[in-house]
Amino acid sequence: MSTLSNSAVPAVDVPAVDIRSVGRIFPGRKGASVTALDNVSLTVAPGEFVSLIGPSGCGKSTLLRLIADLDVPTSGNIRVFGKPARQARIDQDYGIAFQQAGLLPWRTVTGNIELPLELHGVDRPGRRARAAELIELVGLTEFAGSYPDQLSGGMQQRVAIARSLAERPSLLLMDEPFGALDEMTRERMQNELVRICAETAAAVVFVTHSIPEAVFLSNRVVVMSPRPGRIRRVVPVGLGAMRDRGEDLREDAGFFRSLSTVRDLLHGDDGPAIGAPRGVETR
Amino acid sequence: MSTATELRRARPVQAVLAPIVLGLLVVLAWQGAVTAFAIKPFILPAPFAIGAELAANLQSVLAGMTVTGGNALVGLLLGAVLGVLLAILSALVRVLDGMAAPIVSSIAVVPIVALAPVLYTMFGAGAETARQLVAALAVFVPVYFNTLRGLRQVRPVHRDLMRSYAASSWQATRTVTLPTALPFVFTGLRIASSLAVISALIAEYFGGPVGGLGKSITSAAASSNYGLAWAYVLGSIILGLVFYGGALGIEKLATRRT
Repeated sequence: MSTLSNSAVPAVDVPAVDIRSVGRIFPGRKGASVTALDNVSLTVAPGEFVSLIGPSGCGKSTLLRLIADLDVPTSGNIRVFGKPARQARIDQDYGIAFQQAGLLPWRTVTGNIELPLELHGVDRPGRRARAAELIELVGLTEFAGSYPDQLSGGMQQRVAIARSLAERPSLLLMDEPFGALDEMTRERMQNELVRICAETAAAVVFVTHSIPEAVFLSNRVVVMSPRPGRIRRVVPVGLGAMRDRGEDLREDAGFFRSLSTVRDLLHGDDGPAIGAPRGVETR
Repeated sequence: MSTATELRRARPVQAVLAPIVLGLLVVLAWQGAVTAFAIKPFILPAPFAIGAELAANLQSVLAGMTVTGGNALVGLLLGAVLGVLLAILSALVRVLDGMAAPIVSSIAVVPIVALAPVLYTMFGAGAETARQLVAALAVFVPVYFNTLRGLRQVRPVHRDLMRSYAASSWQATRTVTLPTALPFVFTGLRIASSLAVISALIAEYFGGPVGGLGKSITSAAASSNYGLAWAYVLGSIILGLVFYGGALGIEKLATRRT
């Protein structure tokens, strides 16, 4: 296969993310180690939107950090577009956004979005053009020259998302990017993210606390349980293609059905969830 | 919108005017008290008398400011460069930090001007070197500690971001670590600017060539010329303000945003 040599256009049969029996144990003081993740396996197809949801301490952020190679698994292995996670990071195969926007306060909106391009040697006109394009995509054209502290939390987060898209990654990793936003802003950002995903066709791994957010955005919702962090169930949402998702989807019957399935899984026992739709994968 | 602009415009006028009014009132009360209670000039000379002395001896006060200011400036530059460089080294090399921290801390508690007499014997009483070194040592401490603290302020999210970009350590230093540290470096320099003047001036009390403000204050007081002594004191206050204002101006210039 020639897929290994071509990172930009992965072949259909190579998953965007392939997680196999991954465990992560944090060594604690006096041998009291914490098992953040235990035997987790998950595959994310190219262009697929997968949410990781679960209570605090279920290891969902840890899992995302492992995919991003910001942390290394204790056992098992992770491949991103068929490459080891480390190689994928070095090759810049993913874009990432965190719960905190993490903008550099001494750079303007444009400067912040240009940062990854600048670090990877894109020339000045190229950077300017791409930044302008992205600023328009996230609707901040008026604020291109503003500094982060002159923007609201939602606007800062949009800049961070634009920055994560700067190098047209085929995989987006998002760690509760809307976690600090109010409900109104949050829903608007979700709508925008759906639109952006439809336009860029990138695979997304999205960590969240919010059940409606996970269900609204995802093709599949991965429900996790804590201590040790494990995948409890993967719920296929099946609300249709990204480009067809709009505000009215939040009123849809299928939306509510998936909502209650995920909620039952999060709150209830591990037994067969009542009224679970067909096709739910059990792990 | 217009009220906001008015407020913004009114505030600087208030901010400048209020202390000037207070200062004038204090000077007038001082002058009034000296006249009313017939206070002897060796206890407290009248402000107008000090002003007259300053005007009459402007040349020698300015000369004194040049000498002391020159020493303070050499010390400030030397101490600042050493402080910043060593802090960068300490931030990069953990072992070095462990070795340097206790030594720099002990320098911090040493009354640095106490070194002046020893340094005069080392470098000769005819040279300004001892004073410049005293100022440099006094400057080094706050610059070192503030810079080191600044270099450690990189937020975890920025560190993660740099790692996700597979940025080299030099790229990360240039784009994140140094800009994060910059405000801290300037805070250190601002504190150090006044310390430089104070140290250079006090060091003159312990010997060395004449001509500086410190020497002039002691010799004027020793010859019962109290008004002149106070005029030199006024000169050193102005010199301190010039240094502080200069440091503040450079800080504002470097960290300004359009």
